[in-house]
Amino acid sequence: MDHKRITLFAGHYGSGKTNIAVNYALLLAREGKKTAIADLDIVNPYFRTKDSASDLEAAGVDLISPQFANTNVDLPALPAEAYRLVEDKSIFAVMDVGGDDRGAYALGRYAPFILEEEDYCMAFVANPCRPLTRTPEEALEVMREIETAGGVPFTAIVNNANLAHETTPETVLAAIPYMERLSKLSGLPIWLTSAEETVAAGLAGKIPHLLPMKLQAKYFDLPEQKGPPRVRPLFG
Amino acid sequence: MAERVLMKGNEAIAEAAIRAGCRHYFGYPITPQTEIAAYMAKKMPKIGGVFLQAESEIASINMVYGAAAAGMRVMTSSSSPGISLKSEGLSYIAGSDVPAFVVNVQRGGPGLGGIQPSQSDYFQATKGGGHGDYRMIVLAPASVQEMASLTVKGFNLADKYLMTAMILADGTIGQMMEPITFEDVEVESYDKPWALTGTKLRRKHNIVNSLYLKPDELERKNFERYERYRTVEENEVMYEEYMMEDAEVCVVAFGIASRVAKNAVAQARSEGVRVGLIRPITLWPFPSKVLRQAAEKVKSFVCVELNMGQMIEDVRLAIECTRPVSLCNRTGGMIPSPDQVLASIREAQKGGN
Repeated sequence: MDHKRITLFAGHYGSGKTNIAVNYALLLAREGKKTAIADLDIVNPYFRTKDSASDLEAAGVDLISPQFANTNVDLPALPAEAYRLVEDKSIFAVMDVGGDDRGAYALGRYAPFILEEEDYCMAFVANPCRPLTRTPEEALEVMREIETAGGVPFTAIVNNANLAHETTPETVLAAIPYMERLSKLSGLPIWLTSAEETVAAGLAGKIPHLLPMKLQAKYFDLPEQKGPPRVRPLFG
Repeated sequence: MAERVLMKGNEAIAEAAIRAGCRHYFGYPITPQTEIAAYMAKKMPKIGGVFLQAESEIASINMVYGAAAAGMRVMTSSSSPGISLKSEGLSYIAGSDVPAFVVNVQRGGPGLGGIQPSQSDYFQATKGGGHGDYRMIVLAPASVQEMASLTVKGFNLADKYLMTAMILADGTIGQMMEPITFEDVEVESYDKPWALTGTKLRRKHNIVNSLYLKPDELERKNFERYERYRTVEENEVMYEEYMMEDAEVCVVAFGIASRVAKNAVAQARSEGVRVGLIRPITLWPFPSKVLRQAAEKVKSFVCVELNMGQMIEDVRLAIECTRPVSLCNRTGGMIPSPDQVLASIREAQKGGN
């Protein structure tokens, strides 16, 4: 796979940016690249890049995270160190941008450097299973809002169609017409399809440019949610 | 089958509220529940509803009081310190017998505390918070699905019993994402002949008020209100039982703690320990009867809570202290691990009689 020097993941909040950014950074590291990932999320209080700190460290990925991530300090401050990603051209940089336009404002300060260097991929992460981006038109609206706020035009689309543990290969395949329409509306290519690794295994050969992802187990995963994804009965 | 969408707990509450007919949202931002306000801000203008960020929590709860008195389905949401500020209004709403829907996505306390998940507002939610004799229906979701389902249920119950229904969630359930379906609880509608909708000179005017000039009249009102509360206690208790059939140890946990506890129970079962879980879904009315029945079969109880031990008092009361009840807890935004719960289960199995 061809990699740009800087890869940014942005999109609607809850679209899966952090998981993709972490897994993409791990992929770069596996390919022997000197890799750094920065958590630029100034919106989300929980479930951050830092949750994967041990995996990233083990793979030799440099993690740049806000000083107060995962603490009680609810302060939208970014570390000065994040400038290293745009200044040190010897590293492959991954940027995990916060959700929606509100999250993308943080990108503005790095935008001039990124645009000047012209060696970046700005990926729009799309999940049609999210209620506010059910249609490609709604996704396009979010895309434009993010571009206006962050100052970096998108260059690619990531198909991250998923229903968490209920995701099946069909969930991802069913999203293809949506992604194609979004591609047509925006003029951007569908660059990657990301899916949890067991789901990705079921997609092999059916879809190009797969990014299989290892997802972090969470303390609140239920016994019935472990193992292959399936639909659970609803609360009555 | 109704379509499934992937939602954050906070968003699920907001969307479910809209589907339940809520067109009035008054709030003030606070982590970790701000997504509720953000979702409302985005959606309410598109559907002819009202989203209003008030100047404070106190203002927003009084706006809820006003809209509720006018017979509207109305809500506010906040997190722990914000709910303390709203407590005066909650007491006035109770004293006026109008229906309201309130969400508390708890964070660590006391004081400003922190932004990480907590369950330390159990006392506040179930025993008052505001002044005077009153109750609120307190619903404790343990999944994103239940955030949605219990929201619809909460609006229904509030209208049915003319009282506040509160969702007592925590930061984790507010922030985490799960696939859900919306149409699983039917939206009920109730006539509101008491509402302040304007007489148009065709009827006697209605009064919504919590001030009574005569003490005997106030006493009578309180008696009547508690009659209604008794009906709620008889009819509206909700709980989940998990592996209780042959259990010797009963774990009691609600909300996010129940998910950790469920993992520990499953693990203990695989090691041959006869343990089960009772998860209260309504914290008021509390499932006292089912716990009392469990006490006749099990040796001991373990309460798993994200606080210094609050629900444990209701468990001891429910079983009239006939069995030992131990506490397995973390606080301040920390979460007990399944191993910690497992250790408490093993300990509880040794004790009791």
